[in-house]
Formats: sequence, structure tokens, C-alpha cells
Amino acid sequence: MKKILKYLKPTEWLMVGVSLIFIVAQVWLELKLPGYMSEITTLVQTPGSEIAKIWQVGVYMLLAALGSLVSAIFVGYFAARIGASFSKRLRSLLFNKVESFSMAEISCFSIPSLITRSTNDVTQIQVFTILSLQVVIKAPIMAAWALTKIAGKGFEWSMVTGIAVAIVLTMVSLLMIFVIPKFKIMQTLTDNVTRVARENLTGLRVVRAYNAEEYQENKFETTNQDLTDVQMFTSRSMAVMRPMMGTIMTSISLVIYWIGAYLIAEAANMEKLGIFSDMVVFSNYAMQVIMSFMMLIMIFILLPRASVSADRINEVLDTKLTILDGKGTEGLPEKAGEISFENVHFRYPGGEDCVLQNINFTAKKGETVAFIGSTGSGKTTLINLIPRFYDATEGVVKVNGVDVKEYRLEELLNQIGYVPQSAVLFQGTVASNIAYGENGDGPYTPEDVQKAIAIAQAQDFVEEMDGQYEATIAQGGTNVSGGQKQRLSIARAVCRKPDFFIFDDSFSALDYQTDRNLRRELKNETEGVTTLIVAQRIGTIMDADQIIVLNEGKIVGKGTHEELLSTCKVYQEIAMSQLSEEELAL
Amino acid sequence: MSNQTQRPSTLPMRRFRGNRPPIGSEKPKNFSKTWMRLLRYNSRYIVAILIVLVLAVLAATFQIVGPNQLKVMVDEIAKGLPAMVDGQPVSQSIDFKIITDIGLLLAVLYTASGLLSFSENFIMATVTAKISRRMRSDISKKINRLPLRYFDQTSHGDVLSLITNDVDVIGQTLNQSLDNFVRAITMLVGTLALMLFNSRILTAVTVISVSVGFILMQIIMKNSQKYFSGQQEGLGEINGHIEEIYSGHNIVKAYNGGQDAKETFEKINQKVCESAWKSQFMSGLMRPIMEFSGNFGYLAVCVVGAILAINGSISFGVIVAFMMYVRYFTQPLSQLAQSLQAMQRTAAASERVFEFFDQTEMDDEDHKTQKLSNVKGDVAFKKVHFGYEKDKPIIRDFSVDIKAGQKVAIVGPTGAGKTTIVNLLMRFYEIDSGEITIDQIPIHQVPRENVHEQFGMVLQDTWIFEGTIKDNIIYSKKGVTDSEVQAACQAAGLDHFVHTLPQGYDTVLDDKMILSAGQKQLLTIARAMIQDAPMLILDEATSSVDTRTERHVQAAMDRLTQGRTSFVIAHRLSTIVNSDIILVLEDGDIVESGNHSTLLRQNGPYANMYKSQWEN
Repeated sequence: MKKILKYLKPTEWLMVGVSLIFIVAQVWLELKLPGYMSEITTLVQTPGSEIAKIWQVGVYMLLAALGSLVSAIFVGYFAARIGASFSKRLRSLLFNKVESFSMAEISCFSIPSLITRSTNDVTQIQVFTILSLQVVIKAPIMAAWALTKIAGKGFEWSMVTGIAVAIVLTMVSLLMIFVIPKFKIMQTLTDNVTRVARENLTGLRVVRAYNAEEYQENKFETTNQDLTDVQMFTSRSMAVMRPMMGTIMTSISLVIYWIGAYLIAEAANMEKLGIFSDMVVFSNYAMQVIMSFMMLIMIFILLPRASVSADRINEVLDTKLTILDGKGTEGLPEKAGEISFENVHFRYPGGEDCVLQNINFTAKKGETVAFIGSTGSGKTTLINLIPRFYDATEGVVKVNGVDVKEYRLEELLNQIGYVPQSAVLFQGTVASNIAYGENGDGPYTPEDVQKAIAIAQAQDFVEEMDGQYEATIAQGGTNVSGGQKQRLSIARAVCRKPDFFIFDDSFSALDYQTDRNLRRELKNETEGVTTLIVAQRIGTIMDADQIIVLNEGKIVGKGTHEELLSTCKVYQEIAMSQLSEEELAL
Repeated sequence: MSNQTQRPSTLPMRRFRGNRPPIGSEKPKNFSKTWMRLLRYNSRYIVAILIVLVLAVLAATFQIVGPNQLKVMVDEIAKGLPAMVDGQPVSQSIDFKIITDIGLLLAVLYTASGLLSFSENFIMATVTAKISRRMRSDISKKINRLPLRYFDQTSHGDVLSLITNDVDVIGQTLNQSLDNFVRAITMLVGTLALMLFNSRILTAVTVISVSVGFILMQIIMKNSQKYFSGQQEGLGEINGHIEEIYSGHNIVKAYNGGQDAKETFEKINQKVCESAWKSQFMSGLMRPIMEFSGNFGYLAVCVVGAILAINGSISFGVIVAFMMYVRYFTQPLSQLAQSLQAMQRTAAASERVFEFFDQTEMDDEDHKTQKLSNVKGDVAFKKVHFGYEKDKPIIRDFSVDIKAGQKVAIVGPTGAGKTTIVNLLMRFYEIDSGEITIDQIPIHQVPRENVHEQFGMVLQDTWIFEGTIKDNIIYSKKGVTDSEVQAACQAAGLDHFVHTLPQGYDTVLDDKMILSAGQKQLLTIARAMIQDAPMLILDEATSSVDTRTERHVQAAMDRLTQGRTSFVIAHRLSTIVNSDIILVLEDGDIVESGNHSTLLRQNGPYANMYKSQWEN
């Protein structure tokens, strides 16, 4: 928690300081009120007092009350300002940090976790900052000050107040010890209930096909019961809280007056009035003390939650980047358009086994190199090394004959048109999705966009959409089909006019016909571009200049379709599973 | 983890709460109707709730008579003060019997009030927890009684949100709405009556001064609403942007879109910051204004009370009593506002839950006594018509005759209605016209469960739940022995893999235990084997598996289909070349049927499809 405070700016610290002054003023003025009350008490009990005197005290009281209100408003203003700008800064820091992450760091946290850290956790901190400035800081000041006011005004009364505070604190500690942990358990149990319900929903057809409705319902009932039990425990325990606090608050004034009766009876005549007015005032101060202690409790409820959030935020902000910009280079002109891997090994951070071992190959300018292999054979990992989503653990990945690490990241990425396995579309329009980002050559023209869409075989459906090129794309691209998303995502790469294409299984949602047309167009329209394709379908890669067969992270075959059919066993197996024997004989 | 191989249409992140308004600011469509319904729904707890309300009234009453007694006590103490009689201080003695009596009486009253209010809270907490449980169970049961058609239009997120958000809101607000409301009313009315009894002038002073603060608060509330909704909107927008950019991180990186994303982000962030501080400031005003309102009432009572006391129209004890009444009067006012808001939230959340309960369920089939038993496996579709939406037919006049034991493949382009055929056969959806028969018995004449019993099913969605491997394979079937599970896994080619796991068949499948797509598929095949139904449906069962793995799975599937009527849907044609009948579907009609070699010879759509696999 302390660590995150270093992100507060000096101006905000200044604001904290100023609001501290206002808090003190607020407490001072609020505690003045019972003092005036004691003056009034004396006036009432002293025969022959002037009414004008009372009005005068009344005006002072009003001024004190107003003053305290104004101070509170100032505190509220500063608190809101600090809270909002602090959370804005944290959000911004987090966002920029995450943007600078490579895949290695992202996978360290997982995307959903990063999202919660940048949203919910920041909100938690904001709530905590504002509440602590408004309430939490005030409570101890109030408690301490009120205590000094009553100190020495009567040992018996102080005792009673002390006991009341002790009871409140004991109650709260008991709750803290027994109930608060249950709240944490409750979260897990709620997750369980949701999980079982989600299971039922996602497997709806299976549940019905297997007549397993009752099975699912019983399972749900078990988790539901667990959750209910804990909920019952926590809310029943909390049921003690309010009546207890209420009773303590009401009883304290009763006891103070009760004791007061005896004190007055025993006092000397001249002291009686003083004790009486002390009594009236004391009951007020005692209430303030107890209330402040109750407020103080909020710290213990809020702080653990906020500090968990703070830790989670710090964790992201403190993460060291593993992939850093190079000095910048143009590449070797004689090796332009060439990608080569030299003895590349790759191991995921913290992983034991190498995902890739001893990878060697060269893709020359204008060539198409395809990668095929079972799931988990390392195809995606291999091509992820080119745009430096990860860096090779050993060996060198070269683009244009130069180690990728020597480029500035932007410089490197501007040459690459990368299309991932699962297409990503952003909220916006078709055009804004195609003309996404920048390639270092200035903005894309509408003609660039249209041409890219045509090459990606997306013209037909785009022109049928409402608004055509300016048609709206919903968040996550939910309003276009899987195949359409894939084509748009390919168009985005084409629009970039890159020197290298990287297709990571980007054709899988297309039917064979579209797949073929797209690849033909691509070949005709983008001459001289080096293309790397990861694919599952033999049909997609049969005509590649070079096919690289991967198995368990190693290259087990390299060559053309025909060559591999006769030399590579893994390739034969894949081919046999997809093509009939007649076709293989071709 | 059951969800890793979804169809593309369900893959994109669903926005969780859809287009619902942000929590807290929502208004129910019909407040009183929903509350009546909520009470009717919980009629079994009505007695308990009534008791709670009575307890709340009693607890409040006991509490508010306190100051009135305290007044007597203070006046008694004041008697002990020296009064100036003829310039000489004279003090009477305090009657300690009265003091003790009142002290004891108040102690009893306060304790009783505390205990009553505790029992009230306790019962309400219990009732609320039970009501939440019941609602959750009913939602879970309702899920299984709704036709699949319902889920075509409703996202899973919306249904789950009923459980996670709405029932949760009901659980929280119910606890603090009804009884708080009654308690606040009692306090308000009771306090007012007792104040009037003591001093009309001071009552007027209290009510006026407290109302000033309260009205001020309402005005602020009204005017700050726009900042609150602005804040919610802004947060929604920025969270959406964060989600989108983080999820598309690889693209943002690869296309150098970071600068753009940052600019958009900063713009929204600035907006959020603006509305955040305004709304936080506004809501931060509430407490000071409430406090001021209390203080103002307190000082007004003190000053006016003092003047009255000097004039001798009231005793000092009345002032002390009013100092407490100011608090008793202010508190319920804000509680009233809170509980009304809570009741609105309860109603809004209940409305959504009830709306879900009101969805039309599948027909009750208890009266259907006819059953399918010892099924051979003859299946016929006779002139079947069907559409997911009434005016958009998907299946038109579909007829086919399938003999027991045949392997039927259904092929065709996306959207041709392949999965629909299966949905109709399983009675997941009811046909619009025509008839489907199993062993000559129309399937709509027997209960759905009975139809389901006849089929083992393996789907593209390899649905696996959190539980042991054994649980996942046995699933809902009863009386399955360990050796049967093992035999099924051996047949599915999974046994070896399971044995490599440290806990074998008792290994728990959860987020940490990641199975490959192929292994999951084998597991669902083993599940279907255990089911041992007379017929089989394989809906794109291997499409999420790479082709090499598919060959291993295929062997297991072939074993499973032996001797059973089976329906296979596949877009990889290699899996179905050995089928007895291949039905080629286009736009809901069978355009061709026959076995692989006849269809190839016909050189029609099937032959085209087949060739396009490797053509260049």
C-alpha cells in the first residue's frame, strides 16, 4: 500500500496537507458545539440569565456548525480531486505499461487478470483514497481530541466511556477474526455456484442428451447450500453488530446521567452546577469518541482490500520488460526480404522443456514457406519469434540478414503483416479496422483499404453490409461471422503493404474455395513479398516453395510437397489423414 | 474450462451485463406488482417476515421512549442544583429512588430494544439467505426446463448475471429494505408524537431545521444524478477500451497501433477523471450535510430550548430529551431514503429474475405413456419442415429413410442445416410439420428423456466439467463400475494417457490440468461409450483436432459406431467416405444422397466439394 503512494504527485501531497488542515478545523469546530452547550446549560441553570446571552451563544454555535460544514466540503473537494486524478494516473500508468509488454509478460499475468488490475483494482484504490481522506483520517483526530476534552472531568465517566470503547473494539475484533475470513471464502463459493451454472449452460445440449438435468441440479444444489451456509453465518453475525452498537450508544448517556446524579448529590454546593453542565457535555463527547472508534474500524475493513489491489497494481508496474528496442538498422540490402533462423532454441520463461529446438531455415525474398505439424508442435511459437512477441532463448532470428533484436521494434514491425490464429477486430468501422495502426509511410488511403479488402476476398460481404466500408464493427467483431472476421484481419495485413506476411493458421475458417482464391490473389497482387504460413490443411500449403514439418519442436522434414511425401513420415501421415490414396498418388 | 472449443459465433467476449443500466441507478418497471409477486413467491416466509416487522416496530418503540424517561431523570438531577431563593443558594435533595427506578427501567428498555432488534436482524438474515438460495435453485432448474430456442436469443452471460448479480442484489437489499423501512417509519412517527407531547415549539424547531438539511440533500442528489450516470458510462467506456486493447494486444503491437490506442485511452481517461471527481465530490457532500443538518437541529433545540427553559415553559430535561430526539428524527429520514432505494433495487432485480421464471417452458410430457424400448434403430424423417424463426424455414420438406445399423453422414456448406437435423432428431427443437420416427414410432409421442436415452452424442464442443476424469466419463449414468470406465477408455485409446497421470482416473480436471483438444475429444467419446445407447450422433466431433490426431480418434469412433445407427456431421470429408449413406444438404434440402463412390460418379455438388479439398 505504501509503495503505491509514491505515484502521488507533489501537488496532490500538497492537497492532502491542505485537507488535513481542514480536517483539523472541522474537528475543532465540531467539538466546540458541546462546549457552547455547556455555556447554555450554565445560563439556564443560573437564575436571572439574559436571553440575549443565549442568542449570542446560539450564533456562535451556528457559526461553528457552518464552519465545520464548509471545512468538510473543502475536504470532500480535495478528496474527490485527489482520488480521481490518482486513479487516472494509475490507470494510465498501467495501460502504458501493459502496452509495452511483450507476449512473455502478458502470459505471465494472463489478459483477464491484467484487465481486472487496470479496472477494478484501480477503482478500489480510488474508493480507498477518497474514504480515507474524508472519514478515516478524521476518526483518530476526533477520538484523541474528544478524549482530551473529557479527560479530568470525572474519573467515573471516563471509566464508563473506556469500557464502552473496549466493548466496541472487542466486538469488532471478534468479527474481524471470525467473520471477515468468511467473506473471502464466500467469494470462492460464489464462483463455484457460477461455475456450475455456467457448466450447465455451456453444456446444455450434452446435459439434455444425457438426461443429466437432475445430476446438474443436484450438483448445483450442493454448491448452493455451501454458499448459503456461509452467507447465513456472515449475515447472522453481522446481525449482532447494529443492535449492539445502538445499545451501547444509548446506554452510555443513561449511565453518565445515572452516575452524574450521585456525583452532584455528593458535591459541594458551589461545584454542583459545574458538574451538571459537565455531565451534559460529557455525554456528547463520549458519543463522539465511540463514534470515532467505530469509524476507525472502517480502516480495518477497507485497508486489507485496498492493499491487495495496490499489490496487484504494483506487480504490473514493477514488471521488468524483457524485450527492449534495438539501436535501429536498415538491414543488409543484399539480403532484403529474407528471413532466416539460425540454431534457434526457445523455452518459455519458467518452462522446463524447449518448445523449439535447433531450428534452421531461410526464406528468400518472394518465397512462400509453410509450417505444418500437430497441435503443440511449435508452429505458432516459431513464427512469434519474428515480430519479437518472444525472443529466442538461443540462436538468432534474422530479418533482412540482421538480428531482429537490432531493429527498433517499430521499424521491425512496420515491415511485417501479421495475421493471428484468432482474428481480432476492434470497435469502429470496417475501414478503421483495415487501416489500423501505421506502417511508417503515412496514413492509408481509401483506395488502399478497398484494394486490401478485394484481395482478401471480403469485397462481397463488405459491400452488402450496412454502410459498406464505413459499416460498424461491434466490440470484438461480434457482428461478423468467423470467416468474415478472418478475411478482414487478412485485409488489414495486406493494407499494410509489408515486406513479409506471417499467416498463423489464418485460413482455417475459410471454405476451400475462398481459401484458394485468396491465396491466388495474394500471390498475384503482392509480388516479391516473403510469406510464412502456418496451416493445418495440406491443401493450403501444397504449392509452397518450401514446407517445414515440425514435430515436438523439431524440424523433421523440409522440402516441397512432392519431396516430403516420399521422404517425411510425419508429413505422409498428415497427408494420408487428409487426402485419399488416389490424390496422394498424383 | 468446459468451454475451450466453442463455435466462432459464441467465441467473442460477451459483454457481461449486456445493455443493462449500471447497478444502483435502475428503476423497476412496476414496483408494487413486483413486490407483491416477491412476497407471494416467498409466501412460506411470510409469517417470519411479519414477525420481523413486529419486532422492528417494538425495538424502535422501546428505543424512542428512552429520551422521555431520561428527561424525568435529568429533571430530578436538576433538582439537586442550587437555586437562588432570596439571594441564598438553596438546593433540594435528589430523590434517588426515582433515579434508580428510571435507570433500571431504561436499562431494561434499552436491553430489550437491543435484543429485539438483534432477533429481528437475525431472522431477516436467515430468511434472506434462504430466499436467495431458493431463487438460485429455481434459476438452475429453470435453465433445464427451457427450450433450447430460448438460449438462441439470450446470452449465457445474461442468465449467469441473474445468479451472480441479481440474486446477490436481492440478498443484500432485502436484508436492509423491508425491516428498515418499517423501523424508520416507526421511529419517525413515534419520535414526532413524543416530541409533540413534550413541546410543540421545540418539535417545530426540530422538524424545520432537520428538513432544511434534508431538502438540501435531495436537491444535491437530483442534480448529481447526471454526474453519477456520466461516471458509470465513462467507466464502462474505459473498461471496454482496456478489455479490447488488452485482448488484441498482439495486433496492437504488430501494427504499431499503440500510439492510437493510448490517445483514445487518455481521452476517455480524462473524461472519466472529470466525472469521477464531480460525482465523488457530490456523494461526499452527503455526509457533511447530514451532519450539519443534525448539528443545526441540535443547536436550534439548545438555543430555543434554553430560552423556553428560562421562561419556565419547559424543564431542562426536555432539552436533553430533544437533543436525542433530533438524532432519532434525522436518522430515520436518511434510512427511509436508503430503504426506499434498496426496495427499488430489490424490485428491479426481482423483476429480471421473475421475467426469466416466466419464460415458456417445454411442454409437460407426463401424460405420454408410450415408450421406446429395445430400439433397433430404424429412423425416418417424413416431410419435415422447420425454421428457428417462424418465417425463415431452414428445413423444407426433408424426408429420408434410414435402416437400423447404417452410418449416415450429413455434409454440406455452413448454414445448410446439418446441425439442425440433429437438433430435431434429439427434440432439442420441435418440428413445424411432418414427422420423425424411431422404429416407426413418432418421437413426439414419447417423452423427450426417452428419445435422449436412445442416443449417445459427441459434439464439437468438447464439454468437460471440473471434476475427476472418472466423473467426467460416467457423468450422470448410474451404477457404472471402474472396470467399465477403464474398458471404455481403452476402447477410446485414452487409457494409456490416464495411467500416466499421478492420480489416474481420479485426476481432477480443472484450470491447472490442461488436456489437449484431442484428449478432450477422446474423453467425450469414452463418455458416449459408457452411455451405450442404441444410436449415435457425432456432430463435428473431430473438427477441432488436427488431422493426425483425428486418425487416432477416428479409430475409436469407428469402434463406437459399429452396429449402431449413427449420424455423422463433418466438414472434413475424409472422415465420412466410408458411410452407408451420405446426405448432401444445401439450404435445408437434400440435393444428393448415396454412398461415396456413387456420389463421386454423379459428379454433382458432393464431387465438387470433395475435389475442392486439394485443388489449386
